[in-house]
Amino acid sequence: MNNFLLKRLGQTLLSIWGVITVVFIILQLSGDPTLLMVPEGATNEDIDSLRQQLGFDRPMIVQYGDYLIKMTRLDMGTSFIQNIPVIDIIAPRIFYTLYLAFSALLVAFGIGLPVGIYIGVFRNTPLSRILMGLVLIGQSMPTFWSGILLIMLFAVKWGFMPSSGAEDALSIVLPAITLGALSMATIARITRTSIIEELGKEYVRASKARGLSHSAVIRLHVMRNASIPLITIGALELSNLLAGAVIVETVFAWPGLGLLAVQSIEARDFPVVQVLVLLGSIVYIGLNLLADILYSVVDPRIKLHGGKR
Amino acid sequence: MSRSEASSFFRPGATMKRLSRATELGRMWPLYAIFALFTLAALAAPLVAPFDPLEQDLFARLKPPGTMAGDNLYLLGTDELGRDLLSRIIYGARVSMLVALLSVTVSMITGTAMGLAAGYFRGPTEIILMRLVDIFLSIPAILLAIITVAVLGPGLQNLIIVLGFTRWPRYARVAYGQTLGIANTPYVAASRFIGLSSWRILVRHILPNIIAPLIVVATLEFGLMIIWEAGLSFLGLGVQPPTPSWGSILSTGRNYMASAWWISTLTGACLFLLVLSVNMIGDFLRDSFDPHSVKR
Repeated sequence: MNNFLLKRLGQTLLSIWGVITVVFIILQLSGDPTLLMVPEGATNEDIDSLRQQLGFDRPMIVQYGDYLIKMTRLDMGTSFIQNIPVIDIIAPRIFYTLYLAFSALLVAFGIGLPVGIYIGVFRNTPLSRILMGLVLIGQSMPTFWSGILLIMLFAVKWGFMPSSGAEDALSIVLPAITLGALSMATIARITRTSIIEELGKEYVRASKARGLSHSAVIRLHVMRNASIPLITIGALELSNLLAGAVIVETVFAWPGLGLLAVQSIEARDFPVVQVLVLLGSIVYIGLNLLADILYSVVDPRIKLHGGKR
Repeated sequence: MSRSEASSFFRPGATMKRLSRATELGRMWPLYAIFALFTLAALAAPLVAPFDPLEQDLFARLKPPGTMAGDNLYLLGTDELGRDLLSRIIYGARVSMLVALLSVTVSMITGTAMGLAAGYFRGPTEIILMRLVDIFLSIPAILLAIITVAVLGPGLQNLIIVLGFTRWPRYARVAYGQTLGIANTPYVAASRFIGLSSWRILVRHILPNIIAPLIVVATLEFGLMIIWEAGLSFLGLGVQPPTPSWGSILSTGRNYMASAWWISTLTGACLFLLVLSVNMIGDFLRDSFDPHSVKR
């Protein structure tokens, strides 16, 4: 167990270093990063002085070393547009993205779980086929379309939901549904598979032989065992939802990190984009690690070893 | 399903599997018909589009579907500059499928080459390449695409490069796994003993044996790339106006939600239908190539 954790932790650190390096390389791809950062119409002298100020005139390897050291110190640099530390731009937005992602997760579980249980327990009924179809269609709608459709119906046509922004308490509803639809199908599907698998096990027959009713077996035993994969899926889906927030936040003008990323690209504010990508990747890697650990904690029957699942 | 597969960004493909299993080949004809329709429209865009997709008519702005304006019939209505929506959707299908096809080709070739090399040469090549794959898969794909577009700048060409660059690890994973299995078979050893070059063994003897699962991945990725093209263009990071792209049409349609519902609704519906049909075809291919996938 400890051996596994250590190895997994090592892999995680390696991945984080890899991500930091890949981002560095991508930034070099454009040739001279200074050119990406100067405002349009800058003179050659401006460019030269900025290059010197940023240290882009130094050898690449020195720049890379410097960049790594800054990363370990969590020094995230300064925004070019607003001229304040990147952290101050990002910090107030974190709440909104987390709020959106967790609400979406709530929607996904709130709908996906009951639907999954229903279609797992009652297979092949007409209603379960219809539900399955609806869930699949809901998930294959791109969020930038489903979001617009929801705004048109609930905000523009019937007018009982705010169409964008985050001023109103109800503002969260439509973005959360749009984003949550992405994970809903995954959760419903895994719940269903998990329940079907558990229902086929010996203990179900044994419990019935002891005189438990079908519904009691399902409530007391099947559900409990079937919930194990869902805990890990929760962590993985949360990381998907955080990434999906980029588009949903743009559709609903939700003032989170995703919208900030898109705005920063438009404004060519590179340090902000860079930090957002690194932050996103590290959270993503961290959640994957968490999912692996949770998996062993919630189910002691599962033996972990160094290899990949 | 591996961890990284489960956590890739939006992929309806995997979940379509169940539906497609229930749907037999014969019952899938509407999907093939939809796919064929879009392919034809994309190929023959100049012939089938009733209007020039860039031609503006400011007197016919935001006309609802089925409007007759003078001699012109706007079947799906017009956009904010009086351009015919149907023509723009048809040309948009062309852009969409072109980007998807080229980016799938780029990432498939790159990924397959990497996977083949890692699985065949083993040793340091394997370690370095497969670590690289792990690292790439641990950056959320949308963020990787965003930072790459940010560096290269938006546009059709760059979009293809970005998508190809972002998606190769999936093919590398599959090609690697398949090559590992085949590299140890007696016939590969025999080819080596009679003195064939590594290049020849890889291309002539291993590649043909691993191509089927790669084609399945490519089909599913094709659907995904259509969504991505639209998604990045929606964010303003993809195909630039005035070139018609479904993503950018959706994005401008968002500004006219109250006055012109048809712009976003109809364009999105086309995107949805095309992606759904591609995914179902991909899932069908997967199930017929890979009997194990049924159990998953």
